[in-house]
Amino acid sequence: MALLSIENLEVSYGLIRAIKGISLKVNEGEIVSLIGANGAGKTTTMHALCNLLPKQNGRVVFDGTDITNMPAHQLVPLGISQVPEGRRIFGELTVAENLRLGAYTRHSKQEYAETVARIYERFPILRERSRQIAGTLSGGEQQMLAMSRALMAHPRLLLLDEPSMGLSPLYVSEVFDMIRKIREDGTTILLVEQNAKKALSISDRAYVLEIGRITRSGTGAELLADDAIRRAYLGD
Amino acid sequence: MDTLILGLCYGGIYALIALGYTMVYGIAKMLNFAHGDIIMAGAYAIFVVLSAQGHVILALLAAIVVCTALGLLSERLAYRPLRSASPLAVLITAIGVSYLLQSLAQIFFDSQKRPVTVLPPESVPMFGTTVSVASLWTLALCTVIMVVLTLFIKKTRVGCAMLAVSEDRGAAQLMGINVNFIIALTFAIGSALAAFASLFYLMQTSVVEPTLGAMPGIKAFTAAVIGGIGSIPGAMVGGILLGVIETFSSSSPALSPYTTAIEFGLLIVILLVRPVGLFGKKRREKV
Repeated sequence: MALLSIENLEVSYGLIRAIKGISLKVNEGEIVSLIGANGAGKTTTMHALCNLLPKQNGRVVFDGTDITNMPAHQLVPLGISQVPEGRRIFGELTVAENLRLGAYTRHSKQEYAETVARIYERFPILRERSRQIAGTLSGGEQQMLAMSRALMAHPRLLLLDEPSMGLSPLYVSEVFDMIRKIREDGTTILLVEQNAKKALSISDRAYVLEIGRITRSGTGAELLADDAIRRAYLGD
Repeated sequence: MDTLILGLCYGGIYALIALGYTMVYGIAKMLNFAHGDIIMAGAYAIFVVLSAQGHVILALLAAIVVCTALGLLSERLAYRPLRSASPLAVLITAIGVSYLLQSLAQIFFDSQKRPVTVLPPESVPMFGTTVSVASLWTLALCTVIMVVLTLFIKKTRVGCAMLAVSEDRGAAQLMGINVNFIIALTFAIGSALAAFASLFYLMQTSVVEPTLGAMPGIKAFTAAVIGGIGSIPGAMVGGILLGVIETFSSSSPALSPYTTAIEFGLLIVILLVRPVGLFGKKRREKV
């Protein structure tokens, strides 16, 4: 059974239907990506999935629980965390406070200390700057912080919305390394990306979203090799 | 010296009220114009308990219960249904709640001014002058409340969540923070602070009437804007500054008639020089 399944999701902004009935599945342990051009509806899908936006239609099931109408904040204790587009770290709070907020729903002090230690080990820069205001970090460091913050909640499913957006090539590689590492540690990943080449190369499966509809799906390797996809999304 | 102490007392009162405005603005993103009338309700609660020969502490507790309940009720019934409405609709609703509370006070207590004596007018010699016991209580409790509130916001998990909601409500939800709970909590804290303010205000003025909340409400709002609306230290500094300026101005025979003009003039000057207020932060609009 799929860890996450979305059936026939529809989302509208006023009279405009942005998502016109899409269905997708994410199995436990997979990296699944949703690729598509600007305005295809990738972020809308993410927001509707977490009920930051109302759905017109559709059903979302996570690990056997219907979460279609569950308030966003209740999804975190269930095991779903999202790294939103544009990172949205708390720029007026310190790095340490951001991490602490990531663990808002966790109550074990020991677990918190261990998770923070692991994150600081992987990103020493976050330890160095733990008392610094997060808004002063560079874009790449903020992305590391945003992903670390989401991991503080020990999610089973991590939703990543455009994690490589606006980053230098060095940090783009770092982000994709981190995604692979997170999956190795046992977290399932649904990734939304404009950088289709990078996304497909680390994905088990992928869906192509075009103006509110899923037009293609397949394994990452299949889609990477597909001529039409190469022309439309990979710049070949 | 006694002018300074009286000024600090009024300053403390304005700061407590300003904290209610600024926290609700920062977290719920709305101006709660009914906040002054919550003070009025607290003052009537104190009046009722004291008229029945109740102890001052019992009166304070009653005011805290009444104010917190009214704050939570108004949030739940009037403001929460408008969470995604335009700011103007929420503002008008808050003005409506303000008139509703004033009218209810008139129905229950009529519109007469009534005298209240909170503490007997005792003074103790201090700093080469005499200071009233009421002022000492006001100063001590205002200091304690502000320290406790600052520690609560800086050091606790829920306090940190309040700051998170204030900065980015959507991202806060993604952390698992229940935004409705945090907003209700903010109203509860702001209203409880208003209850303390109503006690201290009555100690100074000794009169209750249905429009009692209007003047301290508008002054404290001014203080919150001077300090930078949304900023907690700003509300504290703005309140104390306004209270001290007001008291010094009204104790000088030459300036006394212009006291209110000086206070609001200060607001205009600050808004001209620094539109975000003393402690306000310029925020980039998020797209």
